[in-house]
Amino acid sequence: MTAIAAPAVRRTASRRVIVDRILLYGAAGFLALWTLFPIYLIALAAFSERTAIYDYPKALLPTRFSADTMSFFVNSTGVLSSLRNSVIVALGTIVLGLLIGTPAGYALARFSFPGRGLVQVGVLISKMFPIAILSIPLAVTFIQIGLYDTLQGVIIIHTAMVLPFIVIVTAGVFLGVSRELEEAATTLGTSRFGAFVRVALPLALPGLAAAAIFTFVTSWNEVFAATILTVRNTTLPAQVLGSLNISPLYFRFAGGFFLIIPSLFFIFFMRRYLFNLWGPGR
Amino acid sequence: MASVGFESVRKVFGKTVALKDIDLLIRDGEFMVLLGPSGCGKTTLLRCLAGLERIDAGAVRIGDRDVSDLPPRHRHIAMVFQSYAVFPHMKVYDNIAFGLRMRKKSKDEVERRVKDGAALLQLEPFLDRYPSQLSGGQRQRVAVARAIVTDSPVLLMDEPLSNLDALLRLHARAELKRLHGEVKRTTVYVTHDQIEALSMGDRIAVMKDGQIVQVDTPSVLYDRPADVFVGSFIGSPPMNFLKCRARNGTAWNEAFELPGPSGMDGKDLLLGIRPENIRTGEGPLRGRVLVVEPLGSHALLTVQVGKDSIKVVAPADTALRADEELRLAPEPHKIRWMDAASGRALTAPH
Repeated sequence: MTAIAAPAVRRTASRRVIVDRILLYGAAGFLALWTLFPIYLIALAAFSERTAIYDYPKALLPTRFSADTMSFFVNSTGVLSSLRNSVIVALGTIVLGLLIGTPAGYALARFSFPGRGLVQVGVLISKMFPIAILSIPLAVTFIQIGLYDTLQGVIIIHTAMVLPFIVIVTAGVFLGVSRELEEAATTLGTSRFGAFVRVALPLALPGLAAAAIFTFVTSWNEVFAATILTVRNTTLPAQVLGSLNISPLYFRFAGGFFLIIPSLFFIFFMRRYLFNLWGPGR
Repeated sequence: MASVGFESVRKVFGKTVALKDIDLLIRDGEFMVLLGPSGCGKTTLLRCLAGLERIDAGAVRIGDRDVSDLPPRHRHIAMVFQSYAVFPHMKVYDNIAFGLRMRKKSKDEVERRVKDGAALLQLEPFLDRYPSQLSGGQRQRVAVARAIVTDSPVLLMDEPLSNLDALLRLHARAELKRLHGEVKRTTVYVTHDQIEALSMGDRIAVMKDGQIVQVDTPSVLYDRPADVFVGSFIGSPPMNFLKCRARNGTAWNEAFELPGPSGMDGKDLLLGIRPENIRTGEGPLRGRVLVVEPLGSHALLTVQVGKDSIKVVAPADTALRADEELRLAPEPHKIRWMDAASGRALTAPH
């Protein structure tokens, strides 16, 4: 009986696989288009002649290529230095955030200590207050302690903003790393800290990469705190925000495109850690 | 060189006492099995020896050192975990080399010892693979190799075979025994499988409820269990226990009267006897066959004797059928008398 039924079953099974594939790739394609198409339009506008912006209907292929707008934007005052600031702030936030957040997440995942539940909830409390409310007292405090208009100040604020996320994500990641692996390392000659560094940390790398990407993007896109807390040492979004709303349309496209690129590079770079799989079939 | 000693070791988790003042001496080079049902404390005892748990009282000795307060890395032990705990982000070679590198061995020595260890466990073809590319049995061998190459004088194993399928387990059991014969390390082996314990251990410590019930060689444990628990935990099928009462140097119940232990008049007794130590045909026990199970090499009978039903090993060609009356003769020198009230054997184990 099974011998007779088998071919029919196999055919329906393979048909279902094909339908699944179509649905999967269709959905993936749609999502990709949803994200990429606006980026493409921005890029198109950024690298077209100035007047092409006002063409209607829009050409979907680059017809009048020109790097004029872009080069003018890049060379205008403050753009390059604020780009440098933004990169420093974003990377600094990642370093500081992971340095504080990873041990905290590890502690939440591994140890049971009094007040553990309280810490878990408390970590989120900083998210309760809008940065707009905090910014004025922060600016005052920063002026008093000499952090106002410094990149360190912005790094500290951005770290505070992403820390809850980092702690929660890394706690989840470390929960997924078997305790026995670290115990095995200690029986093989490492200290507890050595086991953390050599075993838990490498295995947590994908989660840390995710946290790093989120941190980078958050810091990169953050405007409000950066605008309030800096005057001359401003980050790129704050700089762009300050100048672009008084600029012509084609300039805004150039600025928009310029803001996207570093994030894309960073995500592409971190991608290989995000999907760090040890050997095939895992 | 490296004996292991537990001296009144106590371990408490919250309100439950996991280990109740354990005393145990394991000789140098001995293969000691900690055997018991789940929750009996055998893994906890092993983890206390490894330094993965802190003891609450007593002392743990390795060789002539008191290691009670030392972290695992200073205890000169190596451990094989139940889950194998093979590092997924390292190739087999690096897994085996891990302990050697942590102990700062030279590059040449690391390479030589990894090669030796891999050869001992037939892992040479896999050195360049990641654990995810290995089968369960291969991963288990990586874990063993990683532990052995460190040359730690004491080897700890926490149910290393329990995640293997039955056939592989049989093979791995013999391999581990061969390995112990070759490397001669003091080995402490935790298992809940009595057949594993009987086949591998030089001695077995049977544990129950955080205490060691009996420590002895497999044959003594099997023949002369210290109490009802050991008798019924070891052996498959387990030891039979027939309720009876002592009277004038005999033990009797409605189905038999046998010469019994002296000085127990009026006390309730248990007659402990292994299924293979009962002969069918003539004998003082009257019984009725309930079930006959032919098992190829022999037949297993379930026999009603008085109010108890017992297992009896009969020849494969037995003519007995269900519902037949029969007579049984327990081999007198194999009988183990137990005090029914305490469950303890009447004669002290040798």
